[in-house]
Amino acid sequence: MMGMCLRALMSHWRRNGAQVLALVAGLAMATALWCGVQAINAEARASYDAAAGVLGEGQFDQLVPRDGDRIALADYVALRRAGWQVSPMVDHREGSVRIIGIDPLTAPPGLGGVLALSGPGQGVTARARAGVFVHPRTRDSLQVQLPVTADPAVPPGIAIGDIQAVQRLAGDDHLSRLIVLPTQPLRQGELQKVAPTLLLLKARQTADIAQLTDSFHLNLTAFGLLSFVVGLFIVHSTIGLAFEQRRSMVRTLRSLGVPLATVLGAMAAEMAAFALVGGGLGVALGYLIAAALLPDVAATLDGLYGAQVSGALQIRPQWWASGLALAVGGTAVAMAGHMIQTARMPLLASARPRAWVMASARQAQVRVGLGLALMAAAGLLAARGQGLMAGFALLGCMLVGGALLFPILAGWGVAWASARSKSAMAAWFWADTRQQLPGLSLALMALLLAVSANVGVATMVSSFRVTFVDFLDQRLAADLYVQVDTAQQSAALDQYLQTRGAEVLPLARTEASLAGQRVEVWGIRVGQTYRDNWVFLDATDRAWDTVQAGQGVILNEQLARRQNLWVGSTLRLTGLPTLPVLAVVGDYGNPNGQVIVGEGLFHSAFPNTPALQFGARTATPSALAADLIRDLGIDENAMVDQAALKGLSLDIFERTFLVTGALNVLTLGVAGFAMLMSLLTLADLRLPQLAPVWAMGQTRRCLGGLELGRALVLAVAVFLCALPLGLGLAWVLLSVVNVAAFGWKLPMFLFWDEYARLALYTVLAAALAALWPVRRLMSLPPATLVKVFSNER
Amino acid sequence: MNVKLCLLLIFLPWAAVAQGFSGLGSQADGFAVPAPNPQFDFPADHAAHPDYRIEWWYLTANLQDAAGQAYGLQWTLFRTALAPGDEVGWGSPQVWFAHAAVTTPHRHFATERFARGGIGQAGVQAAPFRAWIDEWSLAGPNFDHLTVQAQGPDFAYDMQLTAQGPLVFHGQQGFSVKSAQGQASYYYSQPFFDIAGQLVLPDGPVQVTGQAWLDREWSSQPLADSQTGWDWFSLAFDSGDKMMGFQLRDTRGGTFSSATWITADGTTTPFVDGAFVADPLDSHTVAGRDVPVRWRVQLPAKGVDVTVQALNPDAWMDLSIPYWEGPVLVDGSHTGQGYLEMTGYD
Repeated sequence: MMGMCLRALMSHWRRNGAQVLALVAGLAMATALWCGVQAINAEARASYDAAAGVLGEGQFDQLVPRDGDRIALADYVALRRAGWQVSPMVDHREGSVRIIGIDPLTAPPGLGGVLALSGPGQGVTARARAGVFVHPRTRDSLQVQLPVTADPAVPPGIAIGDIQAVQRLAGDDHLSRLIVLPTQPLRQGELQKVAPTLLLLKARQTADIAQLTDSFHLNLTAFGLLSFVVGLFIVHSTIGLAFEQRRSMVRTLRSLGVPLATVLGAMAAEMAAFALVGGGLGVALGYLIAAALLPDVAATLDGLYGAQVSGALQIRPQWWASGLALAVGGTAVAMAGHMIQTARMPLLASARPRAWVMASARQAQVRVGLGLALMAAAGLLAARGQGLMAGFALLGCMLVGGALLFPILAGWGVAWASARSKSAMAAWFWADTRQQLPGLSLALMALLLAVSANVGVATMVSSFRVTFVDFLDQRLAADLYVQVDTAQQSAALDQYLQTRGAEVLPLARTEASLAGQRVEVWGIRVGQTYRDNWVFLDATDRAWDTVQAGQGVILNEQLARRQNLWVGSTLRLTGLPTLPVLAVVGDYGNPNGQVIVGEGLFHSAFPNTPALQFGARTATPSALAADLIRDLGIDENAMVDQAALKGLSLDIFERTFLVTGALNVLTLGVAGFAMLMSLLTLADLRLPQLAPVWAMGQTRRCLGGLELGRALVLAVAVFLCALPLGLGLAWVLLSVVNVAAFGWKLPMFLFWDEYARLALYTVLAAALAALWPVRRLMSLPPATLVKVFSNER
Repeated sequence: MNVKLCLLLIFLPWAAVAQGFSGLGSQADGFAVPAPNPQFDFPADHAAHPDYRIEWWYLTANLQDAAGQAYGLQWTLFRTALAPGDEVGWGSPQVWFAHAAVTTPHRHFATERFARGGIGQAGVQAAPFRAWIDEWSLAGPNFDHLTVQAQGPDFAYDMQLTAQGPLVFHGQQGFSVKSAQGQASYYYSQPFFDIAGQLVLPDGPVQVTGQAWLDREWSSQPLADSQTGWDWFSLAFDSGDKMMGFQLRDTRGGTFSSATWITADGTTTPFVDGAFVADPLDSHTVAGRDVPVRWRVQLPAKGVDVTVQALNPDAWMDLSIPYWEGPVLVDGSHTGQGYLEMTGYD
């Protein structure tokens, strides 16, 4: 009986190929976008780990030579024998390939550890021991007299081998650096005594960047979810249509004695099959999307870590499984209401198809009520909500509430226009538009969501970039950074730099504790660089002057939020006089609280803490660096030229732009598709409305033009509503979700040219969606239109 | 598997776990092979034998603090060679690794070290005796007077050892047969060490005293291919007698056993396969494995029928090569204490 029932149900799809297409394509596109975003995120994260893992940079403290680039073997052994758990590394370069020699016995777990080999036991040969491992793509560019084992898990551009093999290649027995393992024994000798020629470098502060990118990934995930919701709207409307059209079939089946449970079971099985097929296609499509976009992401990592990262996409269960689960779950949600309706349908009720498109007034009321309730909840959450979940709930309430209210707003707009229409044709146009609104409402909601998501993400990404650029300018303002060890060197360097006429930015730092939490205290020399570059979130007038005079402090945002200390509050910190807070500065990604005071105040409060870090403004950083090495004997490794670093970091965001831009186009495509499907469905149902107008003398061409015009008008209406909704969304992402997740707020900027472009895309998507139905209408045989009158009920 | 692991496997062929416990059943290609009737040359033989594939300096101790609380201590230096011989520099085929552990009735601390040969990071010299890896060492003017130290992230120890008796030789004058096919090793011990010193534990330093047992063994293929692991007992009875006994388990469930009876004056009696019997009584789940932590141990020829019980059943050495090793208490026909090592329980 089940088989019979299924066959009967399936006959519907056979007759309505477009619906099958809409359902499967809707599911596939929704899943594809979700999967694509997930895959990119997963791959990017894995790549960060890979890059950090291979090089051990940023992840571990390191010992490097104070002078030159060589460490003697004796120093390594002396350190090990003094209880220092360190592991040697040799850096060598052959052409464009960076070759890293490690000692696998002492290397920390995780160093090179994310690189999976294709099979166990592979490479455990004398050939491999004496050789190096490289990515297959790098193999050809590496011309060395060593056995080379290709391994796709090694990042391109890098070769890894045993220290002995790499030393032999370099023709040199030196070590380049020592990785300090994270776990050290209870007792160890003092570094100064054991290896005075080595300098301990703390793990590079990549935490800042990691947190920035984490925040970016979080927002991207939210974006993926929104795209999925858009896709679900298509699925929901298609399923709704199918259920409505099959009411009579269900009634017939049940009249023939098929139990309700069998009918419902068959429907559920059928939908599950659709979900799996659509979801599966979506996963495949998502893979393609991600594969197409990933090289850009991979390229950004090149800049971030100075390491090339494999642009190859791996199929990771976390994204394809979550994509399939979402497809099945989404279908279940879309189907649930209709299943209940079918279950409750009186057996002997009229089989006349209840025109699903003409939603009853009561349904509309319910929708408005729900929309208003969700908006109220959003308002409440915005005012009172705390934490990440509240942030996401706020996001959901706002979007769904906005979407639900849209048809009502559009209805009002049309009524308003209708009341002002002068000609009969215009009056008919608006009346007809109003008539169509309920049928198009789901598609319009999908478009609304897509456009607001795009407005939101464009705002978020652009704000993110502006903030990041400012932040880099602010924090990497000086051209050359120099680190010294002693007060004597500090004074000498200060004097030297001043005689060179450079603007000198000494930085003295110490630690204090405030309410049990570690706080950094910075003493700075207030100068033009700070005044020009630092962007305050909030500040009093003449904040810098007051800081210079030692009359107040600047706090970073993290400390301000944590301690609820804002401009106008006073800070009581042991060792410092009680001082007013003059300004709060954004400090993205830094987990620690920071108090910034003037140089004079710092030295009177902490006389034994000299400035050990110096920034210098100079047009010729490399020349200055060379002079410092020559004249003051500063270690080469104690200086950093920041221009290169900054340039690379900025490059990242240009590339992420490409990625999000592509995603924008894709979501709009999905929404346009939803609209196309709705218009196609409506086209047949609308003949009774169009035929009289045609009969009264309007050409089909004119009717077609009006149809197109309507789609455009609706698209503009959608955009006008989506803009505030999208900005609200961006605000939630930047000011609520980010604060909850990371403790700092990204300032929001508006990008009108971006929005104008989106408006154009929206209208374009609607026009493209309307084109096919309009063409069909224009070429409709007059006989079909005439038939409407013969069939008139 | 990753590149680091792959490189590691290149250096630690025993970790490939192809055959036998940790690959100890490998072929002896190119390496020297132990022969019967050895003539030991001391102190030279206390140092490393790079022509043999594997070698160890294995110290275990049963300790007590002033309040009578029992502790166990382990210090082991292993040498494994990729090829016979040695050379200076990173190209040396010698690989060193070491394990240190302290066991209390409720806690077990274990840590390990690795080093390449040829660069001075680890090694053993005969006179004055010095075995070291990183900052860990077992050293002294001679083999009878030693200090031992090791540390990890959460524990450390510094101990002094004084031998109260002679070296003892297992098997046939130090030629210890390990299988019916004739695989063998050179094996002698110093089971008569008095030990005293300080343990540094998370709760603070503890002064302890006790007895220690040092094993020296080297070979090139001590296990047959079918042997999967061993249970090794070193027991010191309150009567003053001591007993070393082990059984090697094979894939078919059979065993190959061997034992040495050591009287208080150092006189030894070797026992061949079958004389020594160890049957597990209770097992305990540790690190996801079922490990027997209570045994019935018999050496009928000496009237030994005792129950051997772990002081701390959780004495699992969760290291690159995992195994169980910890102090035991002995009850039954004889009473006393000792150490138990169990390998190959996967």
